[in-house]
Amino acid sequence: MTGTVAAEGNVALTVNGAQRAIPAGWSLAELLASLHLDPRLVVVEHNGAILRDRASFTRIALSAGDTLEIVHFVGGG
Amino acid sequence: MAHADVLSPDAATQTDPQPFVIAEREFRSRLMVGTGKYASNAKMLEAIEASGAEVVTVAVRRVDLDRSKDEGMLHHLDPEHFFLLANTAGCYTAADAIRYARLARAAGFNEWVKLEVIGDQATLLPDTAGLLEATKVLADEGFKVLAYTNDDLITALRLEDAGAVAVMPLASPIGSGLGMLNPYAIRTIKQRLTVPVIVDAGVGTASDACIVMEQGVDGILMNTGIAAASDPVRMAWAMRRAVEAGRLAYLAGRMPRREVAVPSSPLTGMLDSPSSSPS
Repeated sequence: MTGTVAAEGNVALTVNGAQRAIPAGWSLAELLASLHLDPRLVVVEHNGAILRDRASFTRIALSAGDTLEIVHFVGGG
Repeated sequence: MAHADVLSPDAATQTDPQPFVIAEREFRSRLMVGTGKYASNAKMLEAIEASGAEVVTVAVRRVDLDRSKDEGMLHHLDPEHFFLLANTAGCYTAADAIRYARLARAAGFNEWVKLEVIGDQATLLPDTAGLLEATKVLADEGFKVLAYTNDDLITALRLEDAGAVAVMPLASPIGSGLGMLNPYAIRTIKQRLTVPVIVDAGVGTASDACIVMEQGVDGILMNTGIAAASDPVRMAWAMRRAVEAGRLAYLAGRMPRREVAVPSSPLTGMLDSPSSSPS
Protein backbone atom coordinates (compact mmCIF):
# COMPACT_ATOMS: atom_id res chain seq x y z
CA MET A 1 0.00 0.00 0.00
CA THR A 2 2.49 2.58 1.10
CA GLY A 3 4.76 3.95 -1.57
CA THR A 4 5.97 7.22 -2.97
CA VAL A 5 5.66 6.14 -6.59
CA ALA A 6 2.34 5.15 -8.07
CA ALA A 7 2.46 1.77 -9.77
CA GLU A 8 0.50 1.24 -12.96
CA GLY A 9 -3.18 1.43 -12.24
CA ASN A 10 -2.50 3.25 -8.99
CA VAL A 11 -2.87 6.88 -8.08
CA ALA A 12 -0.77 8.79 -5.56
CA LEU A 13 -2.32 10.94 -2.90
CA THR A 14 -1.27 12.56 0.33
CA VAL A 15 -2.79 11.11 3.47
CA ASN A 16 -1.93 12.76 6.78
CA GLY A 17 1.16 14.31 5.26
CA ALA A 18 2.55 11.12 3.69
CA GLN A 19 2.29 9.95 0.09
CA ARG A 20 0.28 6.81 -0.55
CA ALA A 21 -0.53 4.89 -3.69
CA ILE A 22 -4.01 3.44 -3.99
CA PRO A 23 -5.80 1.64 -6.81
CA ALA A 24 -7.38 4.04 -9.26
CA GLY A 25 -11.08 4.45 -8.71
CA TRP A 26 -11.12 3.79 -5.00
CA SER A 27 -13.66 5.64 -2.91
CA LEU A 28 -12.86 7.24 0.40
CA ALA A 29 -14.72 4.42 2.12
CA GLU A 30 -12.44 1.87 0.46
CA LEU A 31 -9.34 3.75 1.56
CA LEU A 32 -10.57 3.88 5.17
CA ALA A 33 -11.35 0.17 5.10
CA SER A 34 -7.85 -0.60 3.80
CA LEU A 35 -6.45 1.42 6.71
CA HIS A 36 -8.67 -0.49 9.17
CA LEU A 37 -10.36 2.72 10.22
CA ASP A 38 -13.96 2.81 11.42
CA PRO A 39 -15.58 5.72 9.54
CA ARG A 40 -17.71 6.50 12.61
CA LEU A 41 -14.64 7.20 14.68
CA VAL A 42 -12.75 9.52 12.35
CA VAL A 43 -13.28 12.84 10.62
CA VAL A 44 -11.95 13.43 7.14
CA GLU A 45 -10.89 16.62 5.44
CA HIS A 46 -10.71 16.11 1.67
CA ASN A 47 -8.75 18.71 -0.27
CA GLY A 48 -9.43 21.23 2.49
CA ALA A 49 -13.16 20.50 2.76
CA ILE A 50 -14.40 18.87 5.97
CA LEU A 51 -16.79 16.01 5.24
CA ARG A 52 -19.69 16.25 7.65
CA ASP A 53 -21.76 13.49 6.06
CA ARG A 54 -20.22 10.05 6.54
CA ALA A 55 -22.74 8.56 4.14
CA SER A 56 -20.89 10.42 1.41
CA PHE A 57 -17.69 8.44 2.00
CA THR A 58 -18.77 5.67 -0.39
CA ARG A 59 -19.52 8.22 -3.11
CA ILE A 60 -16.34 10.25 -2.86
CA ALA A 61 -13.90 9.06 -5.54
CA LEU A 62 -10.26 9.67 -4.79
CA SER A 63 -8.08 11.18 -7.49
CA ALA A 64 -4.36 11.56 -8.06
CA GLY A 65 -2.95 14.47 -6.08
CA ASP A 66 -5.78 14.53 -3.52
CA THR A 67 -4.91 15.60 0.00
CA LEU A 68 -6.61 13.92 2.93
CA GLU A 69 -6.43 14.66 6.61
CA ILE A 70 -7.88 11.91 8.77
CA VAL A 71 -8.30 12.94 12.40
CA HIS A 72 -9.82 11.61 15.58
CA PHE A 73 -10.16 12.50 19.24
CA VAL A 74 -7.17 11.87 21.47
CA GLY A 75 -6.46 12.62 25.11
CA GLY A 76 -6.23 16.32 25.88
CA GLY A 77 -7.06 18.96 28.42
CA MET B 1 -21.12 4.36 43.76
CA ALA B 2 -19.39 2.12 46.26
CA HIS B 3 -17.81 5.11 47.97
CA ALA B 4 -20.55 5.92 50.44
CA ASP B 5 -18.41 8.37 52.40
CA VAL B 6 -18.38 10.86 49.54
CA LEU B 7 -21.10 13.44 49.21
CA SER B 8 -23.43 11.80 46.73
CA PRO B 9 -24.60 13.73 43.68
CA ASP B 10 -28.05 13.88 45.26
CA ALA B 11 -26.75 15.32 48.47
CA ALA B 12 -24.72 17.85 46.53
CA THR B 13 -27.84 18.92 44.69
CA GLN B 14 -29.72 19.35 47.93
CA THR B 15 -27.10 21.65 49.33
CA ASP B 16 -26.37 23.52 46.08
CA PRO B 17 -29.67 25.09 45.05
CA GLN B 18 -28.36 26.25 41.69
CA PRO B 19 -27.97 23.77 38.85
CA PHE B 20 -24.82 24.07 36.76
CA VAL B 21 -26.07 25.29 33.40
CA ILE B 22 -24.15 26.35 30.30
CA ALA B 23 -26.04 27.46 27.20
CA GLU B 24 -29.27 26.06 28.67
CA ARG B 25 -27.78 22.61 29.18
CA GLU B 26 -27.55 21.36 32.75
CA PHE B 27 -24.50 19.37 33.83
CA ARG B 28 -24.28 17.06 36.81
CA SER B 29 -20.85 18.15 38.02
CA ARG B 30 -19.08 21.49 38.30
CA LEU B 31 -15.80 19.68 37.80
CA MET B 32 -14.72 19.12 34.21
CA VAL B 33 -11.67 17.04 33.45
CA GLY B 34 -9.21 16.47 30.65
CA THR B 35 -8.11 13.14 29.24
CA GLY B 36 -4.45 13.85 28.50
CA LYS B 37 -1.19 12.73 30.10
CA TYR B 38 -2.43 9.55 31.80
CA ALA B 39 -0.08 6.60 32.09
CA SER B 40 -2.79 4.32 30.70
CA ASN B 41 -6.32 4.56 29.39
CA ALA B 42 -7.51 2.31 32.19
CA LYS B 43 -6.10 4.70 34.78
CA MET B 44 -7.65 7.64 32.94
CA LEU B 45 -11.10 6.06 32.98
CA GLU B 46 -10.83 5.18 36.64
CA ALA B 47 -9.79 8.73 37.51
CA ILE B 48 -12.56 10.29 35.45
CA GLU B 49 -15.14 8.07 37.12
CA ALA B 50 -13.77 9.03 40.50
CA SER B 51 -13.92 12.72 39.62
CA GLY B 52 -17.64 12.49 38.95
CA ALA B 53 -17.16 14.73 35.91
CA GLU B 54 -19.67 14.70 33.09
CA VAL B 55 -17.78 17.02 30.75
CA VAL B 56 -14.49 15.57 29.53
CA THR B 57 -12.20 17.33 27.10
CA VAL B 58 -10.49 15.74 24.12
CA ALA B 59 -8.07 17.00 21.49
CA VAL B 60 -8.25 16.66 17.72
CA ARG B 61 -5.21 15.07 16.10
CA ARG B 62 -4.22 13.11 13.03
CA VAL B 63 -4.80 9.38 13.15
CA ASP B 64 -1.38 7.73 13.25
CA LEU B 65 -1.72 5.46 10.23
CA ASP B 66 1.47 3.54 10.90
CA ARG B 67 0.50 2.36 14.37
CA SER B 68 -2.52 0.11 14.29
CA LYS B 69 -2.66 0.05 18.09
CA ASP B 70 -3.03 3.81 18.31
CA GLU B 71 -6.70 3.93 19.21
CA GLY B 72 -8.65 7.13 19.50
CA MET B 73 -10.39 8.29 22.65
CA LEU B 74 -13.75 7.04 21.34
CA HIS B 75 -12.53 3.48 21.87
CA HIS B 76 -12.39 4.25 25.59
CA LEU B 77 -14.89 6.98 26.42
CA ASP B 78 -18.59 6.25 26.04
CA PRO B 79 -20.15 9.34 24.44
CA GLU B 80 -23.47 8.32 25.96
CA HIS B 81 -22.02 8.60 29.46
CA PHE B 82 -19.76 11.64 29.04
CA PHE B 83 -20.19 14.97 27.35
CA LEU B 84 -17.25 15.22 24.96
CA LEU B 85 -15.85 18.73 24.80
CA ALA B 86 -13.29 19.05 22.02
CA ASN B 87 -10.52 21.59 22.43
CA THR B 88 -8.38 23.46 19.95
CA ALA B 89 -5.20 22.96 21.95
CA GLY B 90 -2.04 23.48 19.97
CA CYS B 91 -3.58 26.10 17.69
CA TYR B 92 -1.67 29.37 17.42
CA THR B 93 -3.92 31.26 15.00
CA ALA B 94 -7.64 31.96 14.83
CA ALA B 95 -7.77 30.21 11.44
CA ASP B 96 -6.22 27.03 12.85
CA ALA B 97 -8.52 27.02 15.87
CA ILE B 98 -11.56 27.48 13.62
CA ARG B 99 -10.43 24.57 11.44
CA TYR B 100 -9.96 22.27 14.44
CA ALA B 101 -13.33 23.30 15.88
CA ARG B 102 -15.05 22.48 12.60
CA LEU B 103 -13.29 19.10 12.43
CA ALA B 104 -14.44 18.37 15.98
CA ARG B 105 -18.01 19.27 15.14
CA ALA B 106 -17.91 16.92 12.15
CA ALA B 107 -17.30 14.07 14.60
CA GLY B 108 -21.01 14.43 15.17
CA PHE B 109 -21.40 14.65 18.95
CA ASN B 110 -22.13 18.31 19.62
CA GLU B 111 -21.37 21.84 18.52
CA TRP B 112 -19.42 22.76 21.61
CA VAL B 113 -15.76 23.68 21.63
CA LYS B 114 -13.23 24.62 24.26
CA LEU B 115 -11.55 27.29 22.23
CA GLU B 116 -7.84 27.84 22.71
CA VAL B 117 -5.72 30.18 20.62
CA ILE B 118 -2.27 30.04 22.12
CA GLY B 119 0.06 33.02 21.84
CA ASP B 120 3.33 31.80 23.33
CA GLN B 121 4.99 28.41 23.55
CA ALA B 122 6.78 28.95 26.84
CA THR B 123 3.75 30.07 28.87
CA LEU B 124 0.89 28.75 26.68
CA LEU B 125 -0.84 32.03 27.47
CA PRO B 126 -3.71 32.85 25.13
CA ASP B 127 -3.55 35.14 22.11
CA THR B 128 -6.60 37.17 23.11
CA ALA B 129 -6.92 38.97 19.76
CA GLY B 130 -6.99 35.66 17.88
CA LEU B 131 -9.30 34.21 20.52
CA LEU B 132 -11.84 37.00 20.08
CA GLU B 133 -11.71 36.67 16.32
CA ALA B 134 -12.23 32.91 16.42
CA THR B 135 -15.01 33.23 19.02
CA LYS B 136 -16.96 35.59 16.77
CA VAL B 137 -16.62 33.34 13.71
CA LEU B 138 -17.54 30.15 15.54
CA ALA B 139 -20.41 31.68 17.50
CA ASP B 140 -21.85 32.94 14.21
CA GLU B 141 -21.64 29.37 12.88
CA GLY B 142 -23.69 28.11 15.78
CA PHE B 143 -20.86 26.78 17.93
CA LYS B 144 -21.15 26.87 21.69
CA VAL B 145 -17.82 28.45 22.46
CA LEU B 146 -16.16 28.04 25.86
CA ALA B 147 -13.22 30.38 25.57
CA TYR B 148 -9.97 29.66 27.40
CA THR B 149 -8.51 33.04 28.31
CA ASN B 150 -6.29 34.80 30.78
CA ASP B 151 -7.57 36.46 33.94
CA ASP B 152 -8.17 39.83 32.27
CA LEU B 153 -11.63 41.27 32.88
CA ILE B 154 -11.81 43.29 29.68
CA THR B 155 -10.99 40.31 27.50
CA ALA B 156 -13.58 38.26 29.38
CA LEU B 157 -16.22 40.94 28.74
CA ARG B 158 -15.29 41.09 25.05
CA LEU B 159 -15.55 37.30 24.78
CA GLU B 160 -19.02 37.41 26.26
CA ASP B 161 -19.99 40.13 23.78
CA ALA B 162 -18.52 38.03 20.96
CA GLY B 163 -20.92 35.20 21.77
CA ALA B 164 -19.00 32.86 24.08
CA VAL B 165 -21.39 30.72 26.15
CA ALA B 166 -18.80 30.45 28.93
CA VAL B 167 -15.54 32.18 29.69
CA MET B 168 -12.65 30.14 31.07
CA PRO B 169 -10.00 32.26 32.75
CA LEU B 170 -6.85 30.49 33.88
CA ALA B 171 -5.88 30.08 37.52
CA SER B 172 -2.25 29.94 36.35
CA PRO B 173 -0.52 28.66 33.19
CA ILE B 174 -1.58 25.31 31.69
CA GLY B 175 0.12 22.38 33.38
CA SER B 176 1.91 24.60 35.92
CA GLY B 177 0.03 23.51 39.04
CA LEU B 178 0.69 26.92 40.57
CA GLY B 179 -2.87 27.37 41.78
CA MET B 180 -4.80 30.62 41.54
CA LEU B 181 -2.39 33.52 41.12
CA ASN B 182 -4.97 36.33 41.11
CA PRO B 183 -8.10 35.69 43.15
CA TYR B 184 -9.16 39.32 42.79
CA ALA B 185 -9.15 39.06 38.98
CA ILE B 186 -11.11 35.80 39.01
CA ARG B 187 -13.66 37.22 41.44
CA THR B 188 -14.07 40.37 39.40
CA ILE B 189 -14.61 38.42 36.19
CA LYS B 190 -17.26 36.30 37.91
CA GLN B 191 -19.01 39.37 39.31
CA ARG B 192 -19.13 41.16 35.98
CA LEU B 193 -20.03 38.42 33.51
CA THR B 194 -23.46 37.02 32.82
CA VAL B 195 -22.29 33.78 31.20
CA PRO B 196 -20.78 31.05 33.40
CA VAL B 197 -17.16 31.47 34.47
CA ILE B 198 -15.19 28.24 34.59
CA VAL B 199 -11.62 28.41 35.79
CA ASP B 200 -9.40 26.39 33.48
CA ALA B 201 -5.78 25.48 34.05
CA GLY B 202 -3.28 25.77 36.86
CA VAL B 203 -5.05 23.91 39.66
CA GLY B 204 -2.39 21.73 41.28
CA THR B 205 -4.03 20.15 44.30
CA ALA B 206 -7.31 19.98 46.18
CA SER B 207 -6.83 23.18 48.18
CA ASP B 208 -6.30 25.08 44.91
CA ALA B 209 -9.61 23.78 43.60
CA CYS B 210 -11.38 24.64 46.83
CA ILE B 211 -10.08 28.22 46.88
CA VAL B 212 -11.04 28.70 43.23
CA MET B 213 -14.61 27.58 43.92
CA GLU B 214 -14.78 29.79 47.01
CA GLN B 215 -14.47 32.80 44.68
CA GLY B 216 -17.96 31.98 43.42
CA VAL B 217 -17.06 30.77 39.96
CA ASP B 218 -19.35 28.25 38.30
CA GLY B 219 -16.91 25.43 37.76
CA ILE B 220 -13.36 24.23 37.17
CA LEU B 221 -11.69 22.38 34.34
CA MET B 222 -8.49 20.54 35.11
CA ASN B 223 -6.31 17.86 33.60
CA THR B 224 -2.72 17.79 34.83
CA GLY B 225 -3.70 18.35 38.47
CA ILE B 226 -5.26 14.90 38.41
CA ALA B 227 -3.30 13.11 35.67
CA ALA B 228 0.13 14.07 36.99
CA ALA B 229 -0.58 13.16 40.61
CA SER B 230 1.26 10.10 41.91
CA ASP B 231 -2.14 8.50 42.43
CA PRO B 232 -4.51 10.09 39.90
CA VAL B 233 -7.59 8.20 41.07
CA ARG B 234 -7.17 9.31 44.67
CA MET B 235 -6.49 12.87 43.52
CA ALA B 236 -9.63 12.77 41.38
CA TRP B 237 -11.65 11.97 44.50
CA ALA B 238 -9.88 14.78 46.35
CA MET B 239 -10.64 17.26 43.57
CA ARG B 240 -14.28 16.22 43.48
CA ARG B 241 -14.62 16.81 47.20
CA ALA B 242 -12.68 20.07 46.99
CA VAL B 243 -14.91 21.46 44.24
CA GLU B 244 -18.01 20.54 46.23
CA ALA B 245 -16.53 21.93 49.45
CA GLY B 246 -15.47 25.17 47.81
CA ARG B 247 -18.87 25.59 46.20
CA LEU B 248 -20.69 24.97 49.47
CA ALA B 249 -18.40 27.34 51.35
CA TYR B 250 -19.08 30.03 48.77
CA LEU B 251 -22.83 29.50 49.07
CA ALA B 252 -22.61 29.40 52.85
CA GLY B 253 -20.88 32.80 52.96
CA ARG B 254 -17.64 32.90 54.87
CA MET B 255 -17.21 34.81 58.14
CA PRO B 256 -15.55 38.21 57.95
CA ARG B 257 -11.77 38.33 58.26
CA ARG B 258 -10.56 40.13 61.39
CA GLU B 259 -7.08 41.22 62.40
CA VAL B 260 -7.87 40.57 66.09
CA ALA B 261 -8.89 37.46 67.95
CA VAL B 262 -12.46 37.02 69.11
CA PRO B 263 -12.94 34.27 71.70
CA SER B 264 -15.33 31.48 70.93
CA SER B 265 -15.87 30.51 74.59
CA PRO B 266 -17.56 32.59 77.31
CA LEU B 267 -15.42 35.16 79.12
CA THR B 268 -17.58 34.80 82.23
CA GLY B 269 -17.65 31.99 84.75
CA MET B 270 -13.89 31.63 85.06
CA LEU B 271 -12.56 30.15 88.35
CA ASP B 272 -11.35 32.42 91.16
CA SER B 273 -13.13 35.45 89.70
CA PRO B 274 -15.52 37.54 91.86
CA SER B 275 -19.01 36.11 91.67
CA SER B 276 -21.34 38.13 89.52
CA SER B 277 -24.43 36.75 91.22
CA PRO B 278 -25.88 38.52 94.33
CA SER B 279 -25.10 36.85 97.67
